[in-house]
Amino acid sequence: MKKIAVALLSAGLLVSVAAQAGPEDDRKQTIAYFKSKLPTIKFEDFVYGALALDDDSKSQYESIMEFPPFEGVVEAGKEMWEKPFKNGKTFASCFPNGGKNVAGNYPRFDVSLNKVVTFEADINQCLKANGEPEFKFSDVNTMGILTAYARTLSDGMKMNVKVEGPGALAAYEAGKTFYYQRRGQLNFSCATCHMDNAGNRIRAEVLSPALGQATHWPVFRAGERLTTLQARYKGCNSQVRAVPFEQGSEEYNNLEYFMSYKDNGLPLKASVFRK
Amino acid sequence: MRQRISLLMAALVLGAGVSGPVWAAEEKAEAKKEMPGQEIAFSNKKGNCLACHAMPGTKGEMAGSIAPPLIAMKLRFPDRAKLRAQVWDATVANPKTSMPPIGKHEILTEEEIDQVVDFIYTL
Repeated sequence: MKKIAVALLSAGLLVSVAAQAGPEDDRKQTIAYFKSKLPTIKFEDFVYGALALDDDSKSQYESIMEFPPFEGVVEAGKEMWEKPFKNGKTFASCFPNGGKNVAGNYPRFDVSLNKVVTFEADINQCLKANGEPEFKFSDVNTMGILTAYARTLSDGMKMNVKVEGPGALAAYEAGKTFYYQRRGQLNFSCATCHMDNAGNRIRAEVLSPALGQATHWPVFRAGERLTTLQARYKGCNSQVRAVPFEQGSEEYNNLEYFMSYKDNGLPLKASVFRK
Repeated sequence: MRQRISLLMAALVLGAGVSGPVWAAEEKAEAKKEMPGQEIAFSNKKGNCLACHAMPGTKGEMAGSIAPPLIAMKLRFPDRAKLRAQVWDATVANPKTSMPPIGKHEILTEEEIDQVVDFIYTL
């Protein structure tokens, strides 16, 4: 009898622990983890990724950002954003506040679609609703350039992703599982490098911390190669010699959902320089 | 065997007679041949050990800071088989390790692993 009581008690404890552990606990644990692992980096500086760990790289970033060599690309994105569709409407008509300070609400979980919807997916939805052909998520010359501008409209907005309801939680958990799952011939998970080894060097490259990784997109690598967050996922997966998923796939959308939630409270900035 | 030794002796005698730089070049080529493991360990297309481990013998290559430096390997692994097993699949000893399972995932061939182990065992 006593044994049963103990068993019930421990089962009850397990249930209560499971009920408590969720996205908000994960987020707080991640912040606490990096506070002790990389104590010199201020919370708001995690948006700079590996740059926050290296003064020289950070000052290089700052000087490049004064007159970014990719300014023309962002300008082209502005023209795309403002160019009216055949029906006379523009992208701004599809988003609250004309698309200003919205990117931090993405990805969002759409209950009626029962899936994660990224900012890019809502841009395509906007095109579709206005009778225009959709963009390929992987097309740098359309989706890439457009978001290089559209996301700047949310510069300074704090990440504000919501995980509410069982469907949203399941998508978040799928993204979390992806983050911690080893893959590829090299057998690395995202976490191998960006949690366990954040701040360490792989050859000459400093590994960026998981915290803040979803805030600064798209980036211009070496100042010129326009790279979206999900394009970077593909790059990372290829580097560990895994078969990458497609941009806009459910796997990457869930991963972006998990990674973005973790960055809640950190300010966004689009079209930035990275090495 | 005897023939080989006499050939070697002849080579030594001949070698002693030639001028310095040529001798040095030959010695270098010889060392490279004897230590193919070093090339495999340094190459980012092959073992890429340097991605994570610092080790002696680098010439300007940058080594990572993820894993312990490869020094005093004989002291740390008196049993060579244990060192080889660690290279082949480090997750056996530590499931949380960052180290790729070099043998299990066929990142290197069995022969290449032997050559790498030969090399790091000299460090």
